[in-house]
Amino acid sequence: MPNSETHFGAPRSRVDGRLKVTGAAKYAGEFTAPDLAHGYVVSSAIAKGRITAIDTAAAEAAPGVLRVFTHENRPTTAWLNSSYRDEVAPPGKPFRPLYDAEVVYSGQPVALVVAESFEAARDAAALVRVTYEHAPHETNLRNVLAEAYVPPKERPGIDPPPNPRGDAAAAYAAAPIKVENGYHVAPEHHNPMEPHATTVVWEAGGKLTIHDKIQGAQNTQSYVTSVFSLPKKDVRVIAPFVGGAFGSGLRPQYQLFLAVMASLELKRSVRVVLTRDQMFTFGYRPDTIQTLALGADREGRLQAVMHEAIAGTSPFEDFQEVVVNWSGLAYHCDNVDLKYKLAKIDTYTPLDMRAPGAPLGMFALESGMDELAHALKIDPLELRLRNYAEMDQNTGRQFSSKELRAAYRLGAERFGWARRSHEPRSMREGRELIGWGMATGVWEAGMQQASARATLTAGGKLEVAIATADIGTGTYTILTQIAADALGLRMEDVTARIGDSALPTSPIEGGSWTAASAGSAVQAACYAVRETLLNYARRMENSPLANAGLDHVVFTAGHIALRSDPSRSVSFADAMRAGGVDRIEQEETTAPDKGNMAKFSPYTHAAVFAEVRVDEELGAVRVTRVVDAIAAGRIINPKTARSQIIGGVVFGIGMALTEESMLDHRLGRFMNHNIAEYHLPVNADIREIDVLFVDEEESKANPIGVKGLGEIGIVGTAAAIANAVFHATGKRIRELPITLDKLLD
Amino acid sequence: MPVDPAATGAAAASPAGRAPAMQHRITLTINGTRRQMEVAPWTTLLDLLREEMELTGTKKGCDHGQCGACTVLLNGQRINSCLALAVTKDGAEVLTVEGLAAADGTLHPMQAAFVEHDAFQCGYCTPGQICSAVGLLKEGHARSAEEIRELMSGNLCRCGAYPNIVAAIEQAMQQAGVAAR
Repeated sequence: MPNSETHFGAPRSRVDGRLKVTGAAKYAGEFTAPDLAHGYVVSSAIAKGRITAIDTAAAEAAPGVLRVFTHENRPTTAWLNSSYRDEVAPPGKPFRPLYDAEVVYSGQPVALVVAESFEAARDAAALVRVTYEHAPHETNLRNVLAEAYVPPKERPGIDPPPNPRGDAAAAYAAAPIKVENGYHVAPEHHNPMEPHATTVVWEAGGKLTIHDKIQGAQNTQSYVTSVFSLPKKDVRVIAPFVGGAFGSGLRPQYQLFLAVMASLELKRSVRVVLTRDQMFTFGYRPDTIQTLALGADREGRLQAVMHEAIAGTSPFEDFQEVVVNWSGLAYHCDNVDLKYKLAKIDTYTPLDMRAPGAPLGMFALESGMDELAHALKIDPLELRLRNYAEMDQNTGRQFSSKELRAAYRLGAERFGWARRSHEPRSMREGRELIGWGMATGVWEAGMQQASARATLTAGGKLEVAIATADIGTGTYTILTQIAADALGLRMEDVTARIGDSALPTSPIEGGSWTAASAGSAVQAACYAVRETLLNYARRMENSPLANAGLDHVVFTAGHIALRSDPSRSVSFADAMRAGGVDRIEQEETTAPDKGNMAKFSPYTHAAVFAEVRVDEELGAVRVTRVVDAIAAGRIINPKTARSQIIGGVVFGIGMALTEESMLDHRLGRFMNHNIAEYHLPVNADIREIDVLFVDEEESKANPIGVKGLGEIGIVGTAAAIANAVFHATGKRIRELPITLDKLLD
Repeated sequence: MPVDPAATGAAAASPAGRAPAMQHRITLTINGTRRQMEVAPWTTLLDLLREEMELTGTKKGCDHGQCGACTVLLNGQRINSCLALAVTKDGAEVLTVEGLAAADGTLHPMQAAFVEHDAFQCGYCTPGQICSAVGLLKEGHARSAEEIRELMSGNLCRCGAYPNIVAAIEQAMQQAGVAAR
């Protein structure tokens, strides 16, 4: 039985806030060592071919240079492909840096220059001369669609499309109202503000302490031990702060390999930091081409949904994400056919990026629903309600909870949706056309097995520890809240330790599962401490709690007190003294309930409403208002939760209006590889974002009744904006981002 | 922290591996402490702070003046320290995020406002945002949320904390007695 909750549900400031605003929080590239050497990466200039010669003489002769590593002098590392597979690798053969002379994508690392200073390494890197033999490359997904294939091997954790149900083709043919279109979202790069970096601190004897930009310290640890054949005890990964990741830190990236390789070889500490350009030389949100067909009856009830996506992947791995499955569960429909295929292009393997797959698929589906509403001349919100899904038809399971109706209602009220005049181009102010659009968002509410340790001292200080990460999501803070409540402590008396491979096992921080997974494990560990503490208290001579069970007591202010008579209590210190201990340490492992998982589908839902203003002469779009109503179970910390959703919405605004990684197909390279030309939203692009959390009772997805919030904010946002642009201008843009050229056509 | 060569007579803090002839002696007052140092002509103020002074609060996000993560206050004005060569700033006063809080640890009102309004998530752009915001207040041009948004647009935040950043700056502005319109 839970203790009375003081912190759970309360808007608390981040416990790591002070460290972040004073510059004291240390990120991967900021740890140092007395003998630190600096590595600088040389990137390939071609997309495909082989290196025929690599001249490092001038670089090696440059002042301060220690070594230039290339495929020719790379020390021996594991030769099995499988040794390079990390925790979240898709099927295939992972990229092996400096493995041989083959170049398989543009920007591939071909050399690492290690020098005494950063500037010396950078300077010498420019002196490395590489001669290539070009081979023809293909980076244009549209040219290889005919070769698209169903991935022969599924990526673990990624559901393939469900089997078709009903007869979608026949139902579509028979439907009186049809919309069928192609949709495209430009490839995007994560671009966290912190470039990827690894600092390897080398100790005599070969022990490594690695500070890596990673969303899971243990993923880096197992990669390094496997690739370099090192014992686990000699590799510790410490990553207390991650300067944004959004999926880019899920898999170990090549700077880690290079830094560890150089450190082991030179027997000294090495740091490798990527440049912003080089942040465009690994994973990205894949180029995905979609077609969607919706058939409906005259009342707007869906008769058929057909959705197909073809996504680009690398020559060496079959990256997979869930793009089309959402179309089988977001609305009720009995005739559904969903297809997902891959096609190979000569780039690096795509990488999960905030809500991988969902904002792509939902852009198509939610644009299609808007087109359907327009064809039927009914309110787009009303169309969603007429097709409300009461169960997950993809699996035949009930939703574990779904308060999307409330989200639609409350979001619409807050936005003022009822005042919308549904005709496109019917709202304007001066030379600005005003448009209101809406969309549904959905994301899975996952939980993974995780372990946590809780340690309570006689002095009343509690530490909770788990190897998860805080990539800005607020993990430190919510774990502190959960732990403090479990033992009735002040948050100041609780320390959360994370981001360290030596701590109890945790999955990577991703998939919006951390609050549910790490939160449940921490609570379980704290509950175990409570039980031990009560046992000690009960065994005390003349204990006022002699006959009390956990249900009869409360833990508060360093005491265990009888619920019925709080004056009868035992202090934590006395209980421990009675037990002959000065600390209580417990480790617990939690996992999803198998019974519940067999019966229920856990999903988070959102109703997004957006207002845009479009300059009629210039085609410039401004998103002036967004209301995002979220149904995500219990909210641990409304303050950080709101920030998560705002962040997701800003990502969605970027997807809708500005973000686009442009490939120059002649060179096979992303050409706008900097953040002056890859347009992240800036402060002036962002106006009012109003976040609502609707009440949702969740008891099945995980023990603490929460649903993650990292991804749901982006899902549906781009679609709502595109729908608003249609409402403003009468122009339906099916290719994101909506740059002004598309509106001036 | 590097040793002050003027005080100790020890070798100057300098990137190892560089020919001594390339070094230039400069004096900077960093967070209130006056320091003499030898720097290479190509060393940026940002790399000097991060690599030589171990003042890693100032961040490198792009090294091209595109993101604002490296913003510091130079003689009270906000600048991108990645675009400033240290040798050209001889005699300047540099204030970084590490120098904003009071000696007793009390946060600068802007820092406190950022914590209170949750004006950051991952924290990597935060020192630059805060230094930029302190510079913004000093400039005195921003009077409304609209103007704050415009004049803070050189500081990118990928976590998307912008609305909270604006709220934090508005609060600090009010505390500083700058009337919001």
